[in-house]
Amino acid sequence: MSKVTEILATMDYGPAPEANGEVVKWLKARGSFGHLIGGAFTTPAKTFAVQNPATGEVLAHVSQGSASDVEAAVKAAHAALPGWSRLSGHDRARWLYALARAVQKRERFLAVLETMDNGKPIRETRDIDVPLVARHFYHHAGWAEMLEDEFPGMGPVGVCGQIIPWNFPLLMLAWKIAPALAAGNTVVLKPAEYTPLTALAFAEICVEIGLPKGVVNIITGDGETGAALVAAEVDKIAFTGSTEVGRAIRRATAGTDKKLTLELGGKSPFVVFSDADIDGAVEGVVDAIWFNQGQVCCAGSRILVQEVIAEDFTRRLKARLAKLRVGDPLDKSTDMGALVDPVQLNRVSSLVREGEAQGATLHQAPCVLPSKGSFFAPGFFTNVAPANVISEVEIFGPVATLTTFRTPDEAVELANNTRYGLAASVWSENINLALDVAAQVKAGVVWINGTNIFDAAAGFGGYRESGFGREGGREGMLSYLADAPVKAKAEAAPITPDTAPHPEASGRADGIDRTAKLYIGGAQKRPDSGYSYAVMAKGRTIGLAGLGNRKDIRNAVEAAHGAKGWGKATGHNRAQVLYYLAENLSQRAAEFTERLKSAGTPKAAEEVETAIRRAFWYAAQADKFDGAVHSTKSAHVTLAMNEPYGVMGVACPTDAPLLGFLSLVLPAIAMGNRVIALPSQNMPLAATDLYQVLETSDLPGGVVNIVTGARDELAKTLAGHDDVAALWYCGSPDGARMIEAESAGNLKVTWTPENRDWLSPAGQGKAFLTRATQVKNIWVPYGE
Amino acid sequence: MSLSAKETPANFPRNPGVPLQTDWFDAIAVNTSAAERRAATLTTRRTVKKDFQAAWLVNAIRCIDLTTLSGDDTPDRVARLCAKARRPLSDEIMRGLGLDHLTTGAVCVYPSMVPAAVKALKGTSIPVASVATGFPAGLTPLPLRLAEIRYAVEEGAEEIDIVIHRAQVLNGDWQALYDEVAAMREACGAAHMKAILATGELRTLRNVYKASMVAMQAGSDFIKTSTGKEGVNATLPVSLIMVRALRDYGRLTRHKIGFKPAGGMKSAKDAIAWQILMKEELGNDWLQPDLFRLGASSMLADIERQLEHHLTGRYAAAHRNAIA
Repeated sequence: MSKVTEILATMDYGPAPEANGEVVKWLKARGSFGHLIGGAFTTPAKTFAVQNPATGEVLAHVSQGSASDVEAAVKAAHAALPGWSRLSGHDRARWLYALARAVQKRERFLAVLETMDNGKPIRETRDIDVPLVARHFYHHAGWAEMLEDEFPGMGPVGVCGQIIPWNFPLLMLAWKIAPALAAGNTVVLKPAEYTPLTALAFAEICVEIGLPKGVVNIITGDGETGAALVAAEVDKIAFTGSTEVGRAIRRATAGTDKKLTLELGGKSPFVVFSDADIDGAVEGVVDAIWFNQGQVCCAGSRILVQEVIAEDFTRRLKARLAKLRVGDPLDKSTDMGALVDPVQLNRVSSLVREGEAQGATLHQAPCVLPSKGSFFAPGFFTNVAPANVISEVEIFGPVATLTTFRTPDEAVELANNTRYGLAASVWSENINLALDVAAQVKAGVVWINGTNIFDAAAGFGGYRESGFGREGGREGMLSYLADAPVKAKAEAAPITPDTAPHPEASGRADGIDRTAKLYIGGAQKRPDSGYSYAVMAKGRTIGLAGLGNRKDIRNAVEAAHGAKGWGKATGHNRAQVLYYLAENLSQRAAEFTERLKSAGTPKAAEEVETAIRRAFWYAAQADKFDGAVHSTKSAHVTLAMNEPYGVMGVACPTDAPLLGFLSLVLPAIAMGNRVIALPSQNMPLAATDLYQVLETSDLPGGVVNIVTGARDELAKTLAGHDDVAALWYCGSPDGARMIEAESAGNLKVTWTPENRDWLSPAGQGKAFLTRATQVKNIWVPYGE
Repeated sequence: MSLSAKETPANFPRNPGVPLQTDWFDAIAVNTSAAERRAATLTTRRTVKKDFQAAWLVNAIRCIDLTTLSGDDTPDRVARLCAKARRPLSDEIMRGLGLDHLTTGAVCVYPSMVPAAVKALKGTSIPVASVATGFPAGLTPLPLRLAEIRYAVEEGAEEIDIVIHRAQVLNGDWQALYDEVAAMREACGAAHMKAILATGELRTLRNVYKASMVAMQAGSDFIKTSTGKEGVNATLPVSLIMVRALRDYGRLTRHKIGFKPAGGMKSAKDAIAWQILMKEELGNDWLQPDLFRLGASSMLADIERQLEHHLTGRYAAAHRNAIA
């Protein structure tokens, strides 16, 4: 029988290897690599081997970046910064365009190199990774071109240290470098130690096109090199990787004024309703957790299926699983290649074993794995209790969990039952249901009837412990731009709360005792401590304020969570409340002016008047600071929605007791957040006087909670509270460092604006609103 | 090795049909975007190269219903087509591939051309397929449509490609559709029946799924995408939904239904793409001519050129190979 007739009997696919001769030649010619620093490659000194995870063969040796290498690279980036940032947007656009073109001109080389270095199938590098890299540079050439028009007053952050993971090595490089360069920053990028080769190929491209020296610096190395970069004199750290390392970076950068964006782990829900296209959803699982060997931070790793279709869905999923081809990543008919490294293989294997030991049932593809290389048969678990380790922990391998739910409410509850919040996938043919779930799920990216759809024009990034900051689109540019500089003004030092009895403070001229309590859940509450402290002005005690403590914060956070309706209210409703607040404040303007005068506040009348205007301004914004429809793929509506964080802490400066407080609280609540506000420690009475204004303005209880007392101590409790999503702190540098470090626990978003002249225009603006919201991108593919 | 339709190992029982059961498809959800994504990645996830490609192209030939359905068809034209069906590849290519016998799956013609085709294929095992039932629009009165089937069968057609009444799908008149198709199945007698859904006129993938299901419930042996005369003929997304429907029907009834994409497929690349679809969504049984046919005319010439290139390494010229 001929070969052809033999094949006719089996109808197998046969081997279809992608040629890798050019890449092998290149690797052989280079042998070992130095770093790219200041436009030139360093001589390799101490190196380590980089392996092909599919074969175990050594591909190259790359340099282990030392602290001095990092220092040299950061220095080169600083040197390049003035020239690069002064270029016109158009000139930078030309460079980004050149990078895009250069990537396209060697797309196959880069795809093959990536596959060899990472182990992912050539189909993915060829059809997904590399085209998206080019797309990213093109898209950001456009942002460079339009920068001044689109982001007036903003400027580059400076030198950006960027640390990227091994799952999408070149794509993550593009996500980091393209927006940074477009905004006028210079960068020092460290690729992952497992997968540095495409970054080095990109470094060669930078040299080849003559990119100004020092604009892009690339340092290879391991976690120590990364730590050195975090510690270096950079203005920003952008990190993509594990939540654990992200948390360490949050602590390490606390109080350093380094801008920080983190794109971390996930355990993203993949929700299938009974009215979904079940075969379509099954195929979605393939694109979710069986994509890139499941090494995808946004992978739909928790499959939630409505009970009524669970059996059918599971049967179809098993049948589909059996069709997956696992093997040589360079083979064009391979669905799944090798995990990135034996270390990952061990980690995934042991987690899967643990999941089984805890009672879950594993269904694995009946495939024959290659005898060598880091291969793992894809699969999924059924009978998974929420308490099983594999329900909580990110496996970062090709194994999903499958759990059932009964109702949409339960689906949302299960979907949100995680520390993470990166992505979600919702499958239903009912647009009402799908959008309702999309709105309720806590995730930065929601795909309806799809999964793992990416485009440079849409923002990508997480809620909760999946990090903060966005990459891609307009919102991604904001991560690489600094606000117009504000003239900082040191606040008055906080007084030490004096809780000794102050008989002279309890009375008033009219003889009726007046005590400022705390304001929690719309009611005045006595402080848990049972103490009040003296509020002093011009050397005398003018009143007493409650001395709040941890428990008051706890109660205030609970009250804020109870006021859920505020986030769902229309912008118009919120605007009405804010206008009404302005009206009521205006009615009592004289009283507040007197209060401020008695507290020794200069320009008291102006402060009250500005507060009223500010309430109007944020009322106006409440229904106008809206999102966008991004221009991504054809037949996709990509909605970028500005969502409130939910429950926020706001620690106010000691200065401007009324205006400082309202300047921070108003934008937060205008966007639908509920806040726990810590008013001026020195003069809390201007804020406590607001209780009646808040009540008469129809502000629902729990939307604004006010806890007076020692600000930094209370802020520390807020920073360490895992159910507070964001925290603004306007106070001392020490306090800022403290809250940034303490916030690492749940990776809450922090903002530490400088104290400023709150009467000036710097006291309000869209920057406040941007900080009060997070962008959720909802992808809705359409077509009949 | 001999490769023709009737000599293939599998020989599945015919589909007797089942009573109309609308609950098998009433609530079907088909997401068009998801179907398009799957269709688009089928051929980027799988490929065949070298000898494997050659074998898959040979396999496509034996699944081709070599077709002529033109107003100017004549007995001689049909005879020429049949000659190509008997000997789809040149002797040189056959030798080069190590094949001693190969035919197409069938020859497909209009009813009035059936006698000519039967005559031209005498002595071979190649079945004659005839379109019927007022092809392509299917809007002649039912008795005439049924009479047309009987005529074609009497003249020797062993396979009948019927067209459904599209309005019955567009209006959701499932009972009427079922009754008509069942009557056609009865008229076919021993001849295998392929139901052409004319998916280009059904427009939505949900309609395609529902029409597929009713056609199978009424006893179709094959479901077929198109007449070749609609504005849009065989596409991968439509084919995907049809094969999913026949897979679902198979699970519910244990009957294996065949699939025939038709119209618009012209290249060797198309031949590979549809075979990948069959293998991935169904399995190897659906790469055999008794469960898979490609309704095409010009595709064979492109396959022959590709096979010649495979053997010689030189790009081939169509005029050097015999036309159909």
